[in-house]
Amino acid sequence: MEVTSSLPKSAQPGDHHPVTSSVRDPLVTGGKTIKDVTEDVCIRVEGAPTKGWMMGMTLALTALGIGGYAVARLLWDGIGMWGLNKTIGWAWDITNFVWWVGIGHAGTLISAVLLLFRQKWRTSINRAAEAMTIFAVICALLFPVLHMGRPWVGAYWALPLPNTFGSLWVNFNSPLLWDVFAISTYFSVSLVFWYIGLVPDFATIRDRAKGTISKAVYGALSLGWNGSARAWMHYESVSLILAGLATPLVLSVHTIVSFDFATSVIPGWHTTIFPPYFVAGAIFSGFAMVLTLMIITRKVYKLEDYITLTHIELMNIVIMVTGSIVGVAYITEFFIAWYSGVEAEGYTFINRATGPYAWAYWSMMTCNVFSPQMFWSRKLRRNIYFTFFISIVVNIGMWFERFVIIVTSLHRDWIPSSWAYFTPTVYDMGLYLFTFGLFFTLFLLFAKFFPVVNMAEVKSVLKSTSGTIKED
Amino acid sequence: MSKTSNKFILGLFDDEDVLLDGVKRVRGAGVNIHEVFTPFPVHGLEHALGYKRSRMPVAAFIFGATGTTLALTMMYYMMYFDWPMIIGGKDFAAFPDFIPVTFELTVLLASFGMVGTFFITNDLKPYKKPVIFDIRATDDRHVMAIELDKNSGKSYDELAEILSGSGAVEVKDKTFED
Repeated sequence: MEVTSSLPKSAQPGDHHPVTSSVRDPLVTGGKTIKDVTEDVCIRVEGAPTKGWMMGMTLALTALGIGGYAVARLLWDGIGMWGLNKTIGWAWDITNFVWWVGIGHAGTLISAVLLLFRQKWRTSINRAAEAMTIFAVICALLFPVLHMGRPWVGAYWALPLPNTFGSLWVNFNSPLLWDVFAISTYFSVSLVFWYIGLVPDFATIRDRAKGTISKAVYGALSLGWNGSARAWMHYESVSLILAGLATPLVLSVHTIVSFDFATSVIPGWHTTIFPPYFVAGAIFSGFAMVLTLMIITRKVYKLEDYITLTHIELMNIVIMVTGSIVGVAYITEFFIAWYSGVEAEGYTFINRATGPYAWAYWSMMTCNVFSPQMFWSRKLRRNIYFTFFISIVVNIGMWFERFVIIVTSLHRDWIPSSWAYFTPTVYDMGLYLFTFGLFFTLFLLFAKFFPVVNMAEVKSVLKSTSGTIKED
Repeated sequence: MSKTSNKFILGLFDDEDVLLDGVKRVRGAGVNIHEVFTPFPVHGLEHALGYKRSRMPVAAFIFGATGTTLALTMMYYMMYFDWPMIIGGKDFAAFPDFIPVTFELTVLLASFGMVGTFFITNDLKPYKKPVIFDIRATDDRHVMAIELDKNSGKSYDELAEILSGSGAVEVKDKTFED
């Protein structure tokens, strides 16, 4: 029976002409074949750790160890170790919590939102970005848990379980409880999304594994995946729905985090702009952290053909757009403080810009509003060194944003006699250092033992987007 | 995947478009394809193979609806019936306050339920020994497996010819030991 093909000539048996776009930049350069993708990614998992990796790990473990001492003292002596006072009851703990959660947002955004929008450039960076999400959320979770004083009981007191004091329940009217549900759902759904994406790549590593241990470990992790068309069909369906579920989840998590402040009556917090403004800020800082990590990873792992200048430029555009949104939000806050005619609100904002924390406010403005505007220049957003510098500046700026919102709103309340100033102690800094150590330890372990680039997805976009396909 | 028969003939393809075309040609020649294994998702392959649409969305909806119901029932029971308390002057049954937790539990149950269904449907579990027809199916080759017993009308040579004519770069056989 004669079958007529509806495919273009390039798809006829025996022909291997690539289908390339003349208007888009290639997403994978260097004329990579499908086999090359497997080799380039698996070689990192199969080879011995590099010197750079060992050095990075040593640094991360040192930070973890030093910070671990601060955590031990905190658990032993309580949160009196921190620099908090009667007026400022929330400072670095919640600042760091919101900052880490924000960083976590880019991962899900890249994998979910860009998947829904059919942005193929996400495929090279989504794996590492999702890993970053998981680790950042773990770091974020540490702050509310550790600040409880007795976290071994505090952690389950937050759950809706019948307790020993009678049938008293958790308070579902409280945004802090919404946080418990939001962050834990976000963490577990992101973890599942990440793992589902890893299964086919684990199978690739399993089928190449030579050692007994690696065979057993990757054999267990790959769940018996063999790439059947039926499994891929369900897999694609699951990925798309998970992306559809994770997209509003990303927005909801930071919206709910912003409710911690917005539903209160403290001047500087009680505003309706917080949800969108927090979400934009989260994407802003998240993309900056993805860039920081990816610029290092692509260099160390020689992944320049997969994470190209085009990828970096596209991420820089996201940073520029979200940075501008954040800038508009800062100005809007000022405008509303004046326009509302509420004296306390107006005072808070003038105090932020000119008061004792003006240094923090102007650091925030410089890092977040002025620096990303440089990316209007195509030359600068395609410059690796400049991008790396700005990515760190943005992360510092976003930390200051959380600090400014939290501490400047609290340090001068309604009664001038209780006005105070917050200075962090070495234990505040130690806990922050601990989370850095934890984050980089986990990321380095991931970079060594897991495929940092999503092989299956890169392979699926290779033909339509790479410059040339090598002949066999 | 159950192994109803032991002897298979495999066609290996190195290009996803040629594979899609090949699947149509092979099926057009009246051959029953057992399964195709690919290193990455090939769009349209499930249609070419004539599979029914994945019903994962249905699973997601059912579990999601369960999550919504569970969340609302739990909060109304706790806050309205079991231990009503006035908090911040709000109603016992403060519906707007219940929205965030309801949303989160809906997403949580939908995701976990669907992924669990996905694992069960595809029989994916830790330490499961995968049925591997050709090891390159997770690397750079698309493997089309044809069961010899299910195509008794055609000889091995005939099937091999159909496969090569459909764009397979390599044709081989595979026998599973019981």
